[in-house]
Amino acid sequence: MKKFSKYLYLFVVFVFLYIPIFTLILYSFNKSTYSVAWKGWTWSWYTKLLANDSLIETAIHSLILAATSSTLATIIGTLTAIAIFRYRFFGKKLLSGLIYIVMMSPDIVMAISLLVLFLLIKIELGFWTLLLSHITFCLPFVIITLQARLSQLNKHLIEAAEDLGANEYQTLRYVLVPVLFPAIAAGWLLSFTLSMDDVIISFFVTGPQFEILPLKIYSLVRLGVKPEVNALCTIMFIFTFFVVMVSQFLIKEK
Amino acid sequence: MTPSKANWLKKASITTISLWLAIFVFIPTLLVIATSFLRVGENNFVIFSFTLDNYQKILDPVFFHVFFASCYLALITTFVCLLIGYPFAYLLTQFSPNIRRILLLLVIIPFWTSSLIRIYAIKILLLQIERSLRFFYPDVSILYTEMAVLIGLIYTMLPFMILPLFSTMEKLDRRLIEAAQDLGATPRQTFMRIILPLTIPGIIAGSMLVFLPVLGLFYVTDLLGGAKNIVIGNLIKNQFLVARNWPFASAASVFVIILMAMLIFVYIKSINRFGGSRHEKVQ
Repeated sequence: MKKFSKYLYLFVVFVFLYIPIFTLILYSFNKSTYSVAWKGWTWSWYTKLLANDSLIETAIHSLILAATSSTLATIIGTLTAIAIFRYRFFGKKLLSGLIYIVMMSPDIVMAISLLVLFLLIKIELGFWTLLLSHITFCLPFVIITLQARLSQLNKHLIEAAEDLGANEYQTLRYVLVPVLFPAIAAGWLLSFTLSMDDVIISFFVTGPQFEILPLKIYSLVRLGVKPEVNALCTIMFIFTFFVVMVSQFLIKEK
Repeated sequence: MTPSKANWLKKASITTISLWLAIFVFIPTLLVIATSFLRVGENNFVIFSFTLDNYQKILDPVFFHVFFASCYLALITTFVCLLIGYPFAYLLTQFSPNIRRILLLLVIIPFWTSSLIRIYAIKILLLQIERSLRFFYPDVSILYTEMAVLIGLIYTMLPFMILPLFSTMEKLDRRLIEAAQDLGATPRQTFMRIILPLTIPGIIAGSMLVFLPVLGLFYVTDLLGGAKNIVIGNLIKNQFLVARNWPFASAASVFVIILMAMLIFVYIKSINRFGGSRHEKVQ
């Protein structure tokens, strides 16, 4: 009986976590346009999305932004995690602490700080400001994903490489990067989703020239519940779902 | 490695990250703090003269209400998430590693899903529930009430509470619990004297990850709340982008930064006191 109530509790919480998402997915296939009543199945909202050129263009913008920012964040983040792991240097503790603070700090704080910076140095708001901001908020996630993997690393691998005469670059290129590759890929994927999903920071640092998908979704959901929006949100959810599955598989403890 | 070999790669990595954080985190934060002490100019721009007016304005009843209501909302959300999440995370640790991994994945998926999409999803659900209830009670309203906002926030933030709790509980030394039981402690005593103190760092980390973002989630109002339930995020957004009052928006942001600093301080204290490692956090 006691065991049963435990399972029931877990079940109820999981239902709470998933019912809204399932409702969203279900209603993205609903024939009815205006009413929330169920009128039968249809694919038409998805085909409508694909026919919407401006939406496709926005999605392409987002994919370009996410790919660029997550790649740069992954490069800088990987080098940082390795530096923190391998070397002693002045301010190391401060650096690690700062990385955690950046991860913890609420989006709104980062958004307004970056906007003040960009306005003061007079960069035109748009792709570049978005890119710099996205790299900044992705960095800590890459670093922490890598640190988790590095903490399980067999240190003898590095020592062996050094004993065999590898220099720093060779150790990185032929030992660390291959060993860390799954974590690097996971960090990249997680950064990619973060960038595709960010609303708060992007809202502040975006410009009129470069429209991106999360902000487009924001402007759409404000208008109310519509089946096309349901379809778009469903696609975004399924995208996140796959990215998380793959990244979790990659960072699975060996 | 000899010092001469600890070379350009080390220097390049450390220089890049240090410069990056200095330019895009440290300096901007200082700029916001500095702006919060300036005056608004005639052309909606800042004037370089020192003032504390912006902080005084926080106490102005109109704005104070926003700060208070927003902290209150965040506090209730945190508390309910803790109430639901704590036993949930504990029960998760009772499963065998394989099942645990699957169940954990089911928490990680919503953790990574955009909170905008999740709030929109719960709006659809609430709309359905409201519609069904109206068959029986024509006057019932769920959407655009404080309750809707609260449900939306709890729904969105719950995974952010569960994951840090789970990671502290997973590391809990089971032998301590067994020892307590062997020494005749009741389940209540075991909980109060062993489990609870050892999981305090997780409670604080989870609370931080729920409380602070709620203050900034400006789209909750747009989707669930109507104009009544605005949070500090709405205030900052309006003051900065609509009213063009940078100094006041900055002061509001500094208010959130101070809250964050306090929470981080409490977190570090709790780790020093109750153990656990600072570098273990949600993935």
